[in-house]
Amino acid sequence: MEKARKLRILVAKPGLDGHDRGARVVARAFRDAGFEVIYTGCHQTPEQIVSSAIQEDVDLIGLSILSGAHTYSFPRVLELLSENNAEDISVVGGGIFPIEDISKLKEIGIKEIFEPGARLEDIIDWVSNNIRPRVGVVLKQ
Amino acid sequence: MDIIERIVSGDVRSIARILRDIDDEIPSAMNILRELYPHTGKAYVVGFTGSPGVGKSALVDQIAINYRKEAKTIGILAIDPTSPFSGGALLGDRIRMQRHFLDPGVFIRSLATRGHFGGLSKSTNDMVNVLDAAGKDVILVETVGVGQDEVEIVNSAHTTVMVTVPGMGDDIQAIKAGIMEIGNIFVVNKADREGSRKTVRELMNLIELGAGKHKNGDWEPQILETEATKGRGIKELYEAIQNHRAYLLATHSEKWRQIMEKRARIQLMAALKDQAFRTILERVEGRGDSLDEMVQKIVGKESDPYTIVQQIIDRELK
Repeated sequence: MEKARKLRILVAKPGLDGHDRGARVVARAFRDAGFEVIYTGCHQTPEQIVSSAIQEDVDLIGLSILSGAHTYSFPRVLELLSENNAEDISVVGGGIFPIEDISKLKEIGIKEIFEPGARLEDIIDWVSNNIRPRVGVVLKQ
Repeated sequence: MDIIERIVSGDVRSIARILRDIDDEIPSAMNILRELYPHTGKAYVVGFTGSPGVGKSALVDQIAINYRKEAKTIGILAIDPTSPFSGGALLGDRIRMQRHFLDPGVFIRSLATRGHFGGLSKSTNDMVNVLDAAGKDVILVETVGVGQDEVEIVNSAHTTVMVTVPGMGDDIQAIKAGIMEIGNIFVVNKADREGSRKTVRELMNLIELGAGKHKNGDWEPQILETEATKGRGIKELYEAIQNHRAYLLATHSEKWRQIMEKRARIQLMAALKDQAFRTILERVEGRGDSLDEMVQKIVGKESDPYTIVQQIIDRELK
């Protein structure tokens, strides 16, 4: 008898902007969709985000950003995940992005970008369809 | 290195992963717990409990600073509620602990209750064992915000810190059994608020009324005022925790043994219940008996839960 694994998601705000309403709304929607959401608050460095994601063993990191600093923080999060052999943790972004940046972010490995106006149902559908609870990555002996 | 060695050596990813397996009730996790068990028994476990919003996370954050000053490694298990409707959870205890995120000496895990009552998650005791085996010197367990009767933490922690704030209720609340009886240390947090002294006095009265129960040499619960966000009273709280530990360890090793026995008994019962339930359910399903059919029989009044369970037990445990 094996219970279904629970999807765990870290919602974090990298950088200096303190506008976390969007992050909170999405975190709440994830909760209501049956996911376990770890919310770490504002002003997180990529280092803090990746360390939290690993300790919490999440399947997905959702980065919320409105400051424009995504060109630094998003690649840095991916880099740190790779340095820690944790590339199996997926990363998505939400917030405001210049249109030309979106394809660049996807190219370096950000799985999806959600812009203002993205419907909560669509975000949740995307997560349900694309992110699976990870199994046995470390425990493979 | 195999998984056991990696956990015992403190490898963060292995620890994080096994905690997940325990929470998800993956059967192989039990084999790992079994092999880790000989490595347990060294960590000191401090529980923080109290109503929602009294400042448990902030106190855990502050106490962790004190332990880090003495170069103790720390595991933190912070529990928040699971939504009974969606099964999801919003785990926010980390917000107050940001300063420790980059400290390799601090491992923080947020847990959801997943429908378990009692203030902890079903997995908490097993997770304490993992962190203990992984070499953490101190494990801080923050319960979900509790009401009046969620007292499981006393069976997991060596020292239980009961946190309250001024003006939580009238004097009668303090006399109630349950949650107010379990503290080794009582903290009135947010002590800058009006009524803090009154709350301290009420707690003192409560403890004095119980004085008859305190035999000579027994630990007398301490009452402290703190302002966690400003760091006020934290040094005193830290000292009180250390004093309680010294009391358990040195002067009354009998007490220590009692706690260990109680914890072992509870873990034994929990493991027995869990395994027995799992085994029986597997056998029932293995026979092709459908639980849905049983449910239908009960709903249709053809049978009842008691008869069906008795039939299963008679058949499977013969």
